[in-house]
Amino acid sequence: MFGLDKKDGSLLLIVTALVIFAPFLLNPFPEGSALAQFNAGYPDLMQRFVIFGIFAIGFNILFGLTGYLSFGHAAFLGVGSYAAMWMFKLFGMNVLPALALSMIMSALFAVVIGYVSLRRSGIYFSILTLAFAMMSYALAYSVLATDMDGPTQQGLLQKGLTGGETGLQLTLQDPRILGAQTTADGNIPVPTLFGLEMRSATELVLGDWVFTFSAGYYFSAVVMLIAFYLSIRIFRSPFGMVLRSIKSNQQRLTYTGMNPRPYMLAAFVISGMYAGLAGGLMAAMDPLAGPERMFWTASGEVVLMTILGGVGTLIGPVLGAGAIKYMENIISKINSDILHSWFAFLPDGLEDFIVAIIYPFIGKGWHLTLGIIFMLVVIFLPGGLVQGGQKLAALFRRKKQEDTKSATTEPAE
Amino acid sequence: MDAIILQILNGLDKGSAYALIALGLTLIFGTLGVVNFAHGALFMIGAFCAVTLSRLLSLSHEVAIPGQVDFLGNPATRDVPYVYDIFGEAAGAAIIDWSVPLAILLAIPVMIAVGVIMERGLIKHFYKRPHADQILVTFGLAIVLQEIIKYYYGANPIPAPAPQAFVGSFDFGALIGFEPGTIIYPYWRLVYFAFAVVIIGAVFAFLQFTTFGMVVRAGMADRETVGLLGINIDKRFTIMFGLAAAVAGLAGVMYAPITSPNYHMGMDFLVLSFVVVVVGGMGSLPGAVLAGFLLGILESFASMREVLEIVPGLNQIIIYLVAIVILLTRPRGLMGRKGVMED
Repeated sequence: MFGLDKKDGSLLLIVTALVIFAPFLLNPFPEGSALAQFNAGYPDLMQRFVIFGIFAIGFNILFGLTGYLSFGHAAFLGVGSYAAMWMFKLFGMNVLPALALSMIMSALFAVVIGYVSLRRSGIYFSILTLAFAMMSYALAYSVLATDMDGPTQQGLLQKGLTGGETGLQLTLQDPRILGAQTTADGNIPVPTLFGLEMRSATELVLGDWVFTFSAGYYFSAVVMLIAFYLSIRIFRSPFGMVLRSIKSNQQRLTYTGMNPRPYMLAAFVISGMYAGLAGGLMAAMDPLAGPERMFWTASGEVVLMTILGGVGTLIGPVLGAGAIKYMENIISKINSDILHSWFAFLPDGLEDFIVAIIYPFIGKGWHLTLGIIFMLVVIFLPGGLVQGGQKLAALFRRKKQEDTKSATTEPAE
Repeated sequence: MDAIILQILNGLDKGSAYALIALGLTLIFGTLGVVNFAHGALFMIGAFCAVTLSRLLSLSHEVAIPGQVDFLGNPATRDVPYVYDIFGEAAGAAIIDWSVPLAILLAIPVMIAVGVIMERGLIKHFYKRPHADQILVTFGLAIVLQEIIKYYYGANPIPAPAPQAFVGSFDFGALIGFEPGTIIYPYWRLVYFAFAVVIIGAVFAFLQFTTFGMVVRAGMADRETVGLLGINIDKRFTIMFGLAAAVAGLAGVMYAPITSPNYHMGMDFLVLSFVVVVVGGMGSLPGAVLAGFLLGILESFASMREVLEIVPGLNQIIIYLVAIVILLTRPRGLMGRKGVMED
């Protein structure tokens, strides 16, 4: 299917099915029940799942294939967001041109940063990308936020190109030459796809269950599926093979007469474009862009996602992104009252004791759990959750085989 | 002239912190070949040693004031720190006042213990793995350490004041013959600089003039040969890791009065310290110190108003800019050894 072999094709089909039915799958608990807080099927969070999935897929193309660890990938995310916002402000609220511009801008950025950074490898590459990202952050935060004549004369209510600390926001004064400056009732218009508002959603009530289907989520999901499909094609292509060989032995590659640098730059730019696309989608879902998207912790987050899910695997980064965003939004909401109510069936002393043990790891302390899981994954499971799943599957398969073997040999005795 | 001296002085305290952290990073990299992303967390733990000690010292109990009653008729009480009971009131007050410098005594054993446990328990298993894995696992460790501190101390900065004797500023310009009022400099920053110089000197003297230091230097140059000579180099490198942790911790203790410690202060410094190490030359101790001070001073020059009028925001990006230029033109850094991590 689409030039994929059977295994990849079925993986793509499974992911597609999961993404389409995500509003059902992520809402397994009826509304109002005690477990309803574990429901992740609301549009805002589902959008984040797929958007950060795109970001992590792109990061994986660079780190998973070539082994070059970029610690500044969030710079492209930020550039994508700013570019999309400017498209909304200057031209119109359609998301497609905005996404196109954010990919183009982040690609340009990636060409410049990649050309310079890729001249070094290993730790130097990590620090160079980190330095570039922090520079972009500092520029967006202060330098590009100083008032320039152009934008202020047009009556745009923000400082400079990036808006500094507060970031870029839509205003009623934005020109939007190809679209309406204001909606009919005088509000700021919202991002649309040829008239379909990104924030529009329909609800389906089935008994106690409420499922929300949002236009924004499905649009992002389609974009993610395309991105995922392209990444599979890249992984299986001769180009992907060259990138893998850079990871395993760059010297040998050079000796065979290949110049690895153009391939690496291509991988870096593709990966930056994925990040820019994710940034643009973030702006399209929630028209806002701030410099904190470029801060190095944001770069660290995508590293965590990719490693956690499984670096170098196809589906791993998406799983990692989902796991981290789920923790960030769901696990972090559990407070000590909720914990007490869970363990209320225990005797008082034991209840307090168990709550006291668990409490540091959840709720506000979810970062601690994340850090511990991340360390365990790096130490014991370099292939991430995907490798863990494969190991488990292999274990079961072996057991079954042994069972059948013993079943067949026993009668002979 | 006075403006230039003022900027140099302003750069010294940040430069000292960069130099101390970069020194520890380089020690670890030079001996064990490990890129330690958790080093900033060690700096932060050091700063929290100061907070902990000042809290411990001001633990107090209530004592009734004889002959006085509060408005409800109960005997009036006041809080008396336990330290007062042990050392008497005057000495006790002085001890509480000097809690930050005293925290050095607490920080040294704590940091060495943390460092040794870290090396034996975790980093030991990562010598043979690629640098990327080392970065990742220490990055994870940094998150864990940070969150543990956040859990116990909260997310807000906790002030840890300097001793009364060093609070405030003095007129440094008048001392060296400029017009009074041109160069005003806080006492504590000068103390911090002097402290950094002492620590750096001590580390260098230790490596240069002791047998232990000689073996370590030999191990840095050629680990295998030293091992073949029948010297247990791993054990010495573990101790060096503890020492590097202690240097970072001490830098943190003394930095507490300059910036109120918060749980993410380590990460903020770490990113810059890595840049410092790279500029100085990976694996070169003098390079790390030199680059630390140089970049600190450069940063303070870039934040002068006259400079900012020409190039706005230069102070925010100058260090990264320098790092990029250095890495591209002279990849082994200012004083890096030829062939060490040059690719």
